[in-house]
Amino acid sequence: MAQEIILAGFGGQGIMLAGKLLTYTGMLEGKNVTWLPSYGPEMRGGTANCTVIISDEEIGSPIVTNPSVALVFNNPSLEKFEPLVKTGGTLIVNTSLVTIKSKRTDINIINIPANDIAIELGEVKITNMVMMGAFVAATKAVSFEGVMDALKKTLPAHRQNLLPLNEKALKKGSELV
Amino acid sequence: MKKVFERPKSLTDVPFSYCPGCTHGIAHRLVAEVIDELGIQERTIGIAPVGCSVLCYDFFDVDMQEAAHGRAPAVATGIKRVHPDSIVFSYQGDGDLASIGTAEIVHAANRGEKITVIFINNAIYGMTGGQMAPTTLPGQKTTTSPYGRDTEACGYPIRISEMLSTLDGPAYIARASLHDPQNIVKAKSAIRKAFQAQVDGLGFSLVELLSTCPTNWGMTPVESLKWLEDNMIPRYPLGEYKVIEGVK
Amino acid sequence: MGEKILMKGAEALGEAAIKAGCRFFFGYPITPQNEVPEYMSKRLPKEGGVFLQAESEVAAINMVYGAAGAGARVMTSSSSPGISLKMEGISYIAGAKLPCVIVNIVRGGPGLGGIQPAQSDYFQATKGGGHGDYRMIVLAPSSVQEMVDLMGDAFDLADLYRMPTMILGDGMLGQMMEPVEFKERKPIALPPKDWATTGKKGRGKQNIINSLFLIAEECEEHNFELKKRYNEIEKNEVKFESYNMEDADVAIIAYGTTARIVKTAIKRAESKGMKVGLIRPITLWPFPEKVIAAAAEKVKAFLTVEMSTGQMVEDVRLAVNGQKPVYFYGRTGGMVPSPEEMVAEVEKILG
Repeated sequence: MAQEIILAGFGGQGIMLAGKLLTYTGMLEGKNVTWLPSYGPEMRGGTANCTVIISDEEIGSPIVTNPSVALVFNNPSLEKFEPLVKTGGTLIVNTSLVTIKSKRTDINIINIPANDIAIELGEVKITNMVMMGAFVAATKAVSFEGVMDALKKTLPAHRQNLLPLNEKALKKGSELV
Repeated sequence: MKKVFERPKSLTDVPFSYCPGCTHGIAHRLVAEVIDELGIQERTIGIAPVGCSVLCYDFFDVDMQEAAHGRAPAVATGIKRVHPDSIVFSYQGDGDLASIGTAEIVHAANRGEKITVIFINNAIYGMTGGQMAPTTLPGQKTTTSPYGRDTEACGYPIRISEMLSTLDGPAYIARASLHDPQNIVKAKSAIRKAFQAQVDGLGFSLVELLSTCPTNWGMTPVESLKWLEDNMIPRYPLGEYKVIEGVK
Repeated sequence: MGEKILMKGAEALGEAAIKAGCRFFFGYPITPQNEVPEYMSKRLPKEGGVFLQAESEVAAINMVYGAAGAGARVMTSSSSPGISLKMEGISYIAGAKLPCVIVNIVRGGPGLGGIQPAQSDYFQATKGGGHGDYRMIVLAPSSVQEMVDLMGDAFDLADLYRMPTMILGDGMLGQMMEPVEFKERKPIALPPKDWATTGKKGRGKQNIINSLFLIAEECEEHNFELKKRYNEIEKNEVKFESYNMEDADVAIIAYGTTARIVKTAIKRAESKGMKVGLIRPITLWPFPEKVIAAAAEKVKAFLTVEMSTGQMVEDVRLAVNGQKPVYFYGRTGGMVPSPEEMVAEVEKILG
């Protein structure tokens, strides 16, 4: 069983970080994992995307042409990745910023107003965690406890106070699935 | 009988391969004498260049590394960083240091790399057969400037000591000449100050030595010395260009 | 067993070098390997080592020459255009019999090329990109963990044979994150560096690091001595991975990033009823020619896949020596072949 996930959005939306957190969680849960960023001039702002694979078996290609899950944070990302999602796969859309409607009928589409929820919770920077919550609930690729455990291990000491807020964001995202 | 003259300990018993009348031999001897006098032979590491002095690892009786053309200051940097307590010097000609190796010398100087550079400026490429050097004088005939160096086409002689002394890294920079005994004594004093600056951990030091190349200049050794005095010194004034506080 | 940590390939390379005793790093920025010097600049001062950003790749490799000659474990890292600049120094290092590790995180070329992953520096790495009759040990990891494991080998091999060793990766391996474990390495017996320039320190005899031999007879003798060493390496140090080769009809030969994509392709080919295996050279020089020659007696055909227009395929053809057809599939300039493309190639071969 393997989940091949693409996370995509603007630079600054915490895309890379969310991808790393997911990868780290997979590793802690004993899975094989890879994280591959798009790199190059585009990493200096503009669009950012990364590919995460979480698998029970050895991972061959770290590149994914047809992801089983795509988390899209903005319009250009939806345009680019929506057509590529595997039949039967999942598309998680940040409807706070994505205004285009997906026309696919062969995939599971989850709409999350992630920015709005994050703002409601008091911190727009946790938009990525709202999306993560939806991802975890929809795919069960990793567990909530795993994500929280990974956060605990990766947040620096002076940021540990943000754990409850992140937990709220995760929960909120999952409740909307 | 009392011995009044002998080979410095820091020179090997190998005959120099230099042409008759070439001043490399004098420069070698001065460097070796200074190493002896400072008592640093056992912790000195030298770097040989590409050029006439390419074989100087056979002549200096210290650990030596032969470097690629122009790269001696980079090689010296690598060695000094590994053995900060050693005394590291490079010995380079004008083609090596002032042409192909300008980037390396400028940046070693700018880093204040604690090395000593002996820079032989004889205004010509010796080993390859008398081609134009970056330090060749305007109008000077060489095998690649057969009508004389045309500054319109080839630019001007480069003054390394002046140029490097504008940087903050160097502790000591001087230009001396090897054309007569009085100047040779001054040259030795400059070389000594340069090595002493390194021993004292003060920073980068360089001594430019105006030298002759009778073979490629097409002159006798005596004519060469005179030519150096009359033509090179006006273009390359002698003296100390940088002496920071603490240099002895 | 050590703990697994999640690391970027480039950073894992840096940490592995430090764990292997490397305390000196000289480099110059170039994409996509900047994480290596950045990591070293952060870590080496804390280990009592030296990180120095040189004025150019040319200077950096000559600093490596100096430090290696002075007896240190030293490394530099760059990407294709920068490695071209280092070729002069690498030739001198090989000629002067100095050990060091050079990392090339290959990007598309020629010229300025691009910054995406490529394998188009194979010739340069394995055939002696600099001047003269020399070889370099070339190790090609295909995962972040292997980057770590091979780094230890690289330093040991360099010291054992007194020669430069290159780790040939690509932008993808450098940028991707995978879990790694820094395993305790068994120290191997290495010859003392009694040739290093340290200052004579009462030793009497000078130590001279040099690659100049003006007398032709001596220069030939020097080359023969190097060659003897190279023969020994070809005999003792070949490394490869054989995957799914037991009853394969087609053997794919691929290394590095490409090889792991091949593994995905093999699974897909299997589900379509095709029997495909992989021979993955881990040492590109010495090249695993014997295992390829032996495979030629069993398989129907070979397919070499590279991120180039065909470089390693020449070595594969030499190894196969006409026994079976050798096909080639390559993407280049920063394009990465997909498993689907590879399966399509195999389908073509099997008709």
